[in-house]
Amino acid sequence: MLVITIADVEYVALLSRLELTEDEKIKYTEQLNAMLEYAGMLEELNTDNIQPTAHVLSLKNVFREDQATGHLSQEKALQNAPDADGSFFKVPKIV
Amino acid sequence: MSHYETVIGLEIHVELKTNSKIFCSSSTEFGGEPNTHVCPVCLGLPGVLPVFNKKVLEYAIRVGVAINCKIAEFSKFDRKNYYYPDLPKNYQISQFDLPIAEHGYLDIELDNKVKRIGITRVHMEEDAGKLVHQGNITISNYSLVDYNRTGVPLVEIVSEPDLRSPEEARAYLEKMKAIIQYTGVSDCKMEEGSLRCDANISVRPKGSLVLGTKAEIKNMNSFKALQRALEYEVQRQIETLEDGGKIVQETRTWDDGKGITLSMRSKEQAHDYRYFPDPDLVPMIIDPKWVDEIRAALPELPDQRKSRYEKDYGLSEYDAEVVTSSKYLADYFEDCLTLGYSNAKIVSNWLTGELLRLLNSKGLEINQCLIKPGQLVEMLNMIDKGIISGKMAKMVFEEMFESGSDPEVIVKEKGLIQISDEGSISAVVDQVLEDNPKVVEDFRSGKDNALGFLVGQIMRATKGKANPAMVNKMLRDKLG
Repeated sequence: MLVITIADVEYVALLSRLELTEDEKIKYTEQLNAMLEYAGMLEELNTDNIQPTAHVLSLKNVFREDQATGHLSQEKALQNAPDADGSFFKVPKIV
Repeated sequence: MSHYETVIGLEIHVELKTNSKIFCSSSTEFGGEPNTHVCPVCLGLPGVLPVFNKKVLEYAIRVGVAINCKIAEFSKFDRKNYYYPDLPKNYQISQFDLPIAEHGYLDIELDNKVKRIGITRVHMEEDAGKLVHQGNITISNYSLVDYNRTGVPLVEIVSEPDLRSPEEARAYLEKMKAIIQYTGVSDCKMEEGSLRCDANISVRPKGSLVLGTKAEIKNMNSFKALQRALEYEVQRQIETLEDGGKIVQETRTWDDGKGITLSMRSKEQAHDYRYFPDPDLVPMIIDPKWVDEIRAALPELPDQRKSRYEKDYGLSEYDAEVVTSSKYLADYFEDCLTLGYSNAKIVSNWLTGELLRLLNSKGLEINQCLIKPGQLVEMLNMIDKGIISGKMAKMVFEEMFESGSDPEVIVKEKGLIQISDEGSISAVVDQVLEDNPKVVEDFRSGKDNALGFLVGQIMRATKGKANPAMVNKMLRDKLG
């Protein structure tokens, strides 16, 4: 079975923009491995003739009609923004 | 001759012209005040659920069948994970392994040769928001975000690496734009971003079967920019290799002002999007009968219209190609004929000549043209009736193009009425003959080109208003 290493945790943390302490890296490596091990029980089952699961529910084709209805006001849209500038959301500089 | 071969594949994004966004009921209208076409769903607020707009599926299938794709019977949405502030959820809803359409093609024509370009796939996704940088980007320490565009439906069309030159890439993009315009699912305005294009490009020694390392080129906002960027990139890659260097796989941005591509290194981590099926959206099972209905209802596409124009109206292949290259232009052409002007060739000449020349010089599209088909027809009738000459018509046409006025009004205002009255012309002809006895002598002694000089004198005397056909005839009669 796949084993998660500290390098994997560091990589995922980087992709997720998370800064982890050395202790946290060790702790999450252990926890993630424990989760994988638990899910690993599924490997006991024979899934040769099972289609890959796209969704856990048996629903399909849930649509809405193409109608435009009301919007949030600009004021409400920006209400919970960490920072705003006039009519815009304001974020740290992106190049 | 270069001993390198260029390999290009294009990724084209097309915004679909629906009323509402792909997963919520916010309006897709372009150009609204920032952050006014938004709702909790497209802003990615906690606890909301996306619900798929059926029109998007219909339009995506329409695009798929128009470019000869196989439509999936089973399709689903996936999350593409990356952090960028134009994406409020921190993932984009897109399609990964089960796109709506695959294995299509379209035919391009260059130098009278038809080439078939393979289409790998068409998938549906949501557009991202727009980052606005105000003031000096190097000094400013923040960016501004407008989420109006977030969630506008897109299809992404990925070509096979079948294109072998920047010209082919341009022809492919132009053809794709025309086809999609004809299907009516998008207005395909490159300047408003409703049609966008990225290119993957590499070079390799001729005869090699292994692909070279590719660069991805972004930010090409016109057909011309696409061609120029790719021409630059071919040169850059060949020079790098010739100098013993290596091509780095990277994303580069086209700087239109400087005419170069620049590396965008270190903007993002390695492209690791960790796609997984979106648990908020259930799969689509597509009824082949519905696909057949959409295929049957497909409007006439550029190639079909082109051969119809050649066959029914006797247009040359080249003219038919130019007229049908844009749906709006082809519709304009047909409107003129429907309004009763029967000489299709003349209409086509004015459209492919004067009209496109003026549109291109102003950077306008045909649907922004102030001259209505009825006004063009009226002007053509005035030429046929001898009221204005072909030369005057060009002036009238330019004036119509600028102001949108009726040709009759312009002709009156500018005093452009052609003199077709025999008495008036006859008087001028007599005067010119009297003033130029030597030239008359030359003509009578067989110098045919002396006639041209006399015609010129008459046109000058009438400020170009004399009907040239009548002048010619009258001169010959009198000199006869």
